[in-house]
Amino acid sequence: MKATRSMVLVSSDPESMDRGALEVFNRLQKQILAYGLQEEITLSMISDVSKKSANPLVLVYPDAVIYGSVTADDVPLIVEEHLYKGRVVEHKQISPYDLTGKIAWLTARKGTLPAEYRIVLKNVGLIDPENIDEYIINEGYEALGTVLKEMTPEEVYTEIKNSGLRGRGGAGFPTGLKWQFVAGTKSEKKYVICNADESEPGTFKDRLVLEGDPHAIIEAMSIAAYAVGADEGFVYIRGEYGLAITRMAKAIEQAREYGLLGEDIFGTGFSFDLHIHAGAGAYICGEETALIESIEGNRGEPRARPPYPTTAGLWQKPTVVNNVETLANIPAIIRNGAEWYKAIGTPSSPGTKVYTILGNVNVTGLIEVPMGITLREVISIYARGMKNGARLKIAQTGGSSGSIIPASLQDTPMDFDSYSKAGVSLGSGALLIGDENVCAVDLAKVLLNFFRFESCGKCNPCRIGNKRAYQILWNISEGVGTMQDLTDLSQLSDQLYELSNCGLGQTAGSPLHDILAHFRAEVEAHVKLKVCPTGVCQMSGRRAYQID
Amino acid sequence: MPVEVKVDQDVRKIVRTLVEEKGPEKAELIPILHEINSELGYISDEAIKELSERMNIPSSHIYSVATFYRMLSTEPRGRHVIQFCESAPCHVAGGRLVWEKLQRELGLSKGETSEDEKWSLITTSCLGVCGVGPVLVVDNNIYGNVTPEQVPGILSNYE
Repeated sequence: MKATRSMVLVSSDPESMDRGALEVFNRLQKQILAYGLQEEITLSMISDVSKKSANPLVLVYPDAVIYGSVTADDVPLIVEEHLYKGRVVEHKQISPYDLTGKIAWLTARKGTLPAEYRIVLKNVGLIDPENIDEYIINEGYEALGTVLKEMTPEEVYTEIKNSGLRGRGGAGFPTGLKWQFVAGTKSEKKYVICNADESEPGTFKDRLVLEGDPHAIIEAMSIAAYAVGADEGFVYIRGEYGLAITRMAKAIEQAREYGLLGEDIFGTGFSFDLHIHAGAGAYICGEETALIESIEGNRGEPRARPPYPTTAGLWQKPTVVNNVETLANIPAIIRNGAEWYKAIGTPSSPGTKVYTILGNVNVTGLIEVPMGITLREVISIYARGMKNGARLKIAQTGGSSGSIIPASLQDTPMDFDSYSKAGVSLGSGALLIGDENVCAVDLAKVLLNFFRFESCGKCNPCRIGNKRAYQILWNISEGVGTMQDLTDLSQLSDQLYELSNCGLGQTAGSPLHDILAHFRAEVEAHVKLKVCPTGVCQMSGRRAYQID
Repeated sequence: MPVEVKVDQDVRKIVRTLVEEKGPEKAELIPILHEINSELGYISDEAIKELSERMNIPSSHIYSVATFYRMLSTEPRGRHVIQFCESAPCHVAGGRLVWEKLQRELGLSKGETSEDEKWSLITTSCLGVCGVGPVLVVDNNIYGNVTPEQVPGILSNYE
């Protein structure tokens, strides 16, 4: 994806619109085209970013220059002087104190446009994944050599702990700490499992790593095995990922041939071997205890915890379970050190994050950027703006088990802590971007349909709660909902969270909570006026007495 | 994947060979069920019975596992299986209209198999190709960025 040189934002709150923001925007678009700058500059409208006196505003990023009371006639000068020649038009500038907190990032990160930074995807698309030599030439298996020859297991997990790496599967648990738990549990036999059952809707980052750089996972799992004292590992890949399974199988075979898997690796006496287990189509198997049950040949039903897999996992032995993206960070951390890693991203969430960008934007795909980028930046820079110039209405972060957020949260930095403070889940890194044609009720209905289908059925709150919530949303979307339904949805959301056995049920209620918190007016329109404001819902009057 | 109805004897032989190949440990149950499913098109009662004897696992357990996972079927399916992704990313990208067209075109609803046993229409959760949604999969062929207008053309590729 091409990097953008500058971002130009025009305020579009009602005052700004009243004072000619649209003319300013159109003029900017024309002038940028006239100077042939359209490839380097993204132009977007943003809402509610300033105190009212100086609207409309034009913000230029990364320079962090703010122009106030801009009229269409000012535009040619700004484009020619600032965007073309790089000279700030001082007499139109205003103070950043006129801005509200919502775009605090503008001055805080002055001068830096977030660029792609590849650690996890370093080799993906660049090396031949079926040729181990290409991986080795690109620093491959160097970290494993260092670990086996120069470090004790304790030094390895301490290094990972110091790097601040947190699990990328969604929960954000510190990886080094998990390794330490398993290392500290006494057992003859221990296991390392790579969770590659990537089924969070909208997420395909792990697939690309498995398909494009399978040896990175083998190396990382070997390092993990050494750190915790395991000699056997499993890569649990979802059954739908045929190419990933083939590539991983081939990589394991090559690693065995080169003596990088098997007995006495590098002549150090350390032994480790790896198997692939293909899933058979069940979202719940991404939950680590369900995944373990599935490897053992059972239905993928999560276990009660504790005991956690770190003490009693696969066949009741201590087991480390790490996500693909988490593991792909390991070799680089060992090669470059914990300090190097900590300098990337934000202090509480070091490193990069791989995001999948989807929905009503011009460019969909995958990016790896330092933690802490904002949704606005993702949309404007990497996704090249909204499709058909529409406005962002709703976004879903982190896949089905993530959060539904309104456009007003698009300037919150995306890292574990800032997001959890705002009550948003970063989840798997899927970013589903929706424009004004997406209905909040319909989106929640699709999500609850997913959960009622994927619930394993073991515990009642999840099995019955999701079905009931789906029926209620169905009724609302068909124009037969009542205000009591909204109260019920809110209660169901709490009960799912508090009573469910595993993460699936606990997060299944968040779409309910989110649409009521952020899109209540739209939901009430379905109930009180029997109108779907976006025209998506059928409003047929049919009730959900009997849906399969 | 064209599927012929196999007589019970063949079924038993396929199961026996698979168990010999992979071993009778319980951890091999799902991989073996995968293979049976792709060879026979579904996991028949006969196959479950034989598997139960060979692996020394109760047939109730095998049945409970076979019905748990979406990629395994205990019912015969049509010659061509169409999987339509109904997760949010494909839905937002226009999947709803494609799904309506698909049902109209085939005259089938969710989970049904056509009378001539040519088509089975099933929905699935995310397949991990969301970058090109809406996505539908016919047998092992993935079609991305599908529009309602493209549906008849895609279907005409199959005999």
